[in-house]
Amino acid sequence: MSDTHAQTVSYVRQTMLAPQEPPRNQTGAVKWVHENLFSGWLNTGLTVISLLVIFWLLSGISPWLLNSVWRAGSLSECRAILDGTSGACFAVIVDRWHQLLFGFYPPELYWRPVLALVLLFVALAPVLFTAIPRKMLAFSALYPFIGYHLIWGGSIWFPITVLLGFGVGAVAYLLVKKINNLAAIFAAILAPVLWWLFVAGPLESSLHSIMPLGLDFVRSDRIGGFLISMIVGVSAISLSLPLGILLALGRQSDMVFIKTVCVVFIEFIRGVPLITLLLFASLLLNFFLPPGTSFDLILRVIIMLTFFASAYMAEVIRGGLAALPKGQYEAADALGLDYWKAQRLIIMPQALKISIPGIVNTFIGMFKDTTLLVFIAILEPLALANAIRADTNWNGIYWELFIFIGALFFIFCFGMSRYSMYLERKLKTDHR
Amino acid sequence: MKKTVFVGAFAASALVAGLAQAQSTLEQVKNRGELVCGSNTGQAGFGAPDANGVWQGFDVGFCRALAAAVLGDPMAVTFVPLTSQTRFSALASSEVDVLARNTTWTFVRDVDLNLTFVGTNYYDGQGFMVTRELGVSSALELDGATVCIETGTTTELNLADYFRVNGMSYEPVPVDTAAEAQQQYLAGACDVYTTDVSALASSRAAFAEPGDHVILPEVVSKEPLGPVVRHGDDNWADIVQWTLFALIAAEELGITSANIEELKTSSNNPEIGRILGTDGGFGEMLGLDNDWAARAIAAVGNYGELFANTIGDQTPIGLARGLNAQWTQGGLLYAPPFR
Repeated sequence: MSDTHAQTVSYVRQTMLAPQEPPRNQTGAVKWVHENLFSGWLNTGLTVISLLVIFWLLSGISPWLLNSVWRAGSLSECRAILDGTSGACFAVIVDRWHQLLFGFYPPELYWRPVLALVLLFVALAPVLFTAIPRKMLAFSALYPFIGYHLIWGGSIWFPITVLLGFGVGAVAYLLVKKINNLAAIFAAILAPVLWWLFVAGPLESSLHSIMPLGLDFVRSDRIGGFLISMIVGVSAISLSLPLGILLALGRQSDMVFIKTVCVVFIEFIRGVPLITLLLFASLLLNFFLPPGTSFDLILRVIIMLTFFASAYMAEVIRGGLAALPKGQYEAADALGLDYWKAQRLIIMPQALKISIPGIVNTFIGMFKDTTLLVFIAILEPLALANAIRADTNWNGIYWELFIFIGALFFIFCFGMSRYSMYLERKLKTDHR
Repeated sequence: MKKTVFVGAFAASALVAGLAQAQSTLEQVKNRGELVCGSNTGQAGFGAPDANGVWQGFDVGFCRALAAAVLGDPMAVTFVPLTSQTRFSALASSEVDVLARNTTWTFVRDVDLNLTFVGTNYYDGQGFMVTRELGVSSALELDGATVCIETGTTTELNLADYFRVNGMSYEPVPVDTAAEAQQQYLAGACDVYTTDVSALASSRAAFAEPGDHVILPEVVSKEPLGPVVRHGDDNWADIVQWTLFALIAAEELGITSANIEELKTSSNNPEIGRILGTDGGFGEMLGLDNDWAARAIAAVGNYGELFANTIGDQTPIGLARGLNAQWTQGGLLYAPPFR
């Protein structure tokens, strides 16, 4: 280098300059603040106004929150401790948290719903994370029965005999399959129904009389609080996804009857407010059922919420299906795959991946909609807040209960939304 | 948890469907072994679950007395919390056997909604509460006020009537529950909070500064609150009605939960004998056994005891008997004779 310019340039530096620190206003926090908060007159003004608003909000709320009372037996005690100053009375949460979580579930049995919740996460793990061994899925399939037995209790033979119904269905399918495929499907549906209607009941009672095993039975009206939001929310969410997929496929089907049924179902459910469906389940349904029938209210609600969520789910998934290029369908046909194999191996994995944000959106909405159960006399957290307020000790308390309930819901909804973002990143195969 | 319950309940309902045709309410209750009582979603003193989930209160006490009379066990009651909008549908659809939930007896409800009001267990009236600093001393000075009012109640209609009759205008702020109403009122969203005087008193007792609020002297409506049953099952209506009368008559005749066993053997008053079932066989006429009223009174006490234990002046609610005293004490309680 020095030789090249020796005749034309009088001085050439032979050594590299030592790297210098970038200017102070081009790095770190200063640069970030400069670029993001004070990059111009308009943005500086907006930043200042926002800071003022945040300061105003915090100066209003934080004294109330920081000056809170955690130990008191009643609202009047709280007021005596606060002595005229403004402050929250979270003592009500300390006093009644167990009711907001479990309703009137017998306190000595709290370990059962807690265990059910822990096992729920164990059962969900293999579904949510592929790193978990696939054999764990067997536990996930059994979980509905384990969870039911833990929460409601009763004879252990009830879930077992019901579970046997699926075994009966499988056996019937395998036996009839040798004769005819279509008949085998009917047999697989009919045999368990007959089993549940006529065999399961007597078998359960005779097994119970031989070997009375089981947990103490807890009635549905003892179950309340966040427990009921979880039961209803988790059941409706996990049932609505498969049902929604079937409805979405049905809506795209060439078979006129199936298509009509699916379209009518989806459009009807989407056209009716959820609260109407819930009132129908709790009040109107009794007019159609024979007098004296008692049809568990929680079950009715789960069915209604499942229908509601699955109609929305079907449309979300249909959106995913519509986004797939036609070539994907043709490729599946070209490979000689039949309809179900094409759906399972090619179409659904892509359509579901596209729909993840919409699906999780529906899940979160569904979970929050469980608070509407307050209108139909189910003791979900908001209804319990009413009941707690009707106690003369806590009459007049308001925001503290809502803050606690809101925080609980936030934890679960935020968790779901973070998981969906993780899943999107993991399944991202394109290079956009 | 999902399919199991579904199938189980479906099978059960199919089986029960065959058996349960055309049963009377009494038979249904006896077969179930349990009374289903429509209750308030939570009103201090009248009906709310306590810290252990056991329902307590004045209306709740009536349901317990009824369960004791019919089934022999005051705890054999399931309480279904109902809002003011859903209460009548729940009763009409047989979701509950009886509604004991601060429900005002009116013409339209009795006649048009096909309900049967069996009596009055609490005579109430609508009043107004305002802040002291508003400087109002009479409801007639409330022209142009904003008023917090619970929707779906008779108070909503009374309010409109009262303001129209007196040529005044108001701006309603509809709320759904008493708790919401209190919050709106305290936050200044409305000048006036109107509801039954008993509820106003219990709300005011819960305020941080009860002295800053006044309940105006005007009582603008009659609110006879009482238990309700469905039209068409007169035997069941009789049972509910005479259970209420038994509690009221017991106070008049001096039968209490403490002296009931003693009176059964020692009393020579024939009416006491007829109520307690030692005489006359009245229980059998109702389709119950003769001890029915004795069990009801033993379970919750007579009307006066029930009142004193749940909403009386020794409780935080602190209501005076007022109109709800016996007719002999200048009140309106007047049970027909047990004869």
